[in-house]
Amino acid sequence: MPERLGQYTVTLSGRPTILGSAAVVGKREGEGPLGRYFDMIFEDTTLGEKSWEKAESALQREAFMRVLNKAGLSPSQINYLFVGDLLNQSIASTFGMREYGVPLLCQFGACSTMAQTLALSAIFVDSGAADICCALTSSHFCSAERQFRFPLEYGGQRPPTSQWTATAAGAIIVGLGGSGVRISDVTIGYITDLGINDANNMGAAMAPAAAETISAYFKDTSTKPDDYDLIVTGDLGAVGSELFLQLMERKNYPLGSNYTDCGLLIYDRSKQDVHAGGSGCGCSAAVLCSYILSKMESGELHNVLFVATGALMSPTSSQQGESIPSIAHLVHLVTMK
Amino acid sequence: MEVTGQEYRKLSDQVAPRSPVLKNCIKAFLIGGLICAIGQIITGLVLNTGLGLKDARLIGSSVLIALSAILTALNLYDDIAKHAGAGTLVPITGFANSIVAPAIEFKSEGLIMGLAAKMFTIAGPVLVYGITASIIYGLILNLVTMFK
Repeated sequence: MPERLGQYTVTLSGRPTILGSAAVVGKREGEGPLGRYFDMIFEDTTLGEKSWEKAESALQREAFMRVLNKAGLSPSQINYLFVGDLLNQSIASTFGMREYGVPLLCQFGACSTMAQTLALSAIFVDSGAADICCALTSSHFCSAERQFRFPLEYGGQRPPTSQWTATAAGAIIVGLGGSGVRISDVTIGYITDLGINDANNMGAAMAPAAAETISAYFKDTSTKPDDYDLIVTGDLGAVGSELFLQLMERKNYPLGSNYTDCGLLIYDRSKQDVHAGGSGCGCSAAVLCSYILSKMESGELHNVLFVATGALMSPTSSQQGESIPSIAHLVHLVTMK
Repeated sequence: MEVTGQEYRKLSDQVAPRSPVLKNCIKAFLIGGLICAIGQIITGLVLNTGLGLKDARLIGSSVLIALSAILTALNLYDDIAKHAGAGTLVPITGFANSIVAPAIEFKSEGLIMGLAAKMFTIAGPVLVYGITASIIYGLILNLVTMFK
């Protein structure tokens, strides 16, 4: 049963298991350093569809089908599907999942959605409300650009602080028992806003939210950064990660070499033209569902904090000059040694 | 120690990498200059055919607009603009790109509500304030010459 621990953390005594995970990505992500970990790389980022929104829905379907296959399950065995993406009214998720007849709860947490959907899946399973849940999120560079920025062919320059929305989807099935990676605790974050209003510098906007959630978790669990094999944020990028490290130092939780960021892992910034790194709900989802979970399954990592961060602005709020409210949710993953 | 918003924004400014302004300016100057030189060459060639200066300039601009629209459609314009910055934005080519790019992008929402309606999302403000400014300029000029 889920039990509260401290002010913000929920500890899951049944330790729900990750029964399967899948990550599907676009061409650029496939060319990145994690290429060999992904389940599928689409060289054609339209996925044969007529619009970018449909392409993103197809990306979600592909991730969903692959995770079901890997877990040996059919859609009817999934009790609840927690899905999300970056598009208005979450259309990549709703249109992508409309054919399966699985009870569905759409989530929006911007780039934090993977942690949000995974936390909810784990809590539902641990509470007994569900036997099996699926967390699934996606983002697509082209559908995000046209909604948040400029048309693809527009000749603009991106500032060095900007991040590249990953074309990717990740899916995780959560159940009980088995030998897989376990979900031990979750910490739901609160909105943090230190007044950054540059939508081209989302890493800086989100770093304080990540620092708040992680330090709240350390306080609630009386643990410290060194207790974990890996602390991974998603997706602060180069600028946000640097700021995050400085904020953690100020909070007396200095982080060492066990810290990294999904936005820095997914691309090779020296070779790929992605400026400060990756972003988007699909970025942290794909990194978690491929690289991180496979490292846990192979026994290289045992104790991991996955902290996905979201910049909760819209083009309207940015145009109105508003700052960027940000959030971060934490999922504590463990292997049974 | 908790950080205040003001402190954090200062810290963020320090950490954020700067745009390479000098490099960008040089690239913009060279590529923008090249575009203008191409326009001048076209105008010169047209002048040689015996057409007047006014017509030759008109044809020069039209060719640049057409080239920029074609390069946009071929998915090449944004690759050049990534390096050129203001060098491709300021000449008439930038204006053509800003109309063609959304026309291509929003075609998926239909020819009327997509392509036609969204075509001016970027160029629209330039037209509104450009035309307004030219009217005001015209009025002032008119007033000045009236009392001359």
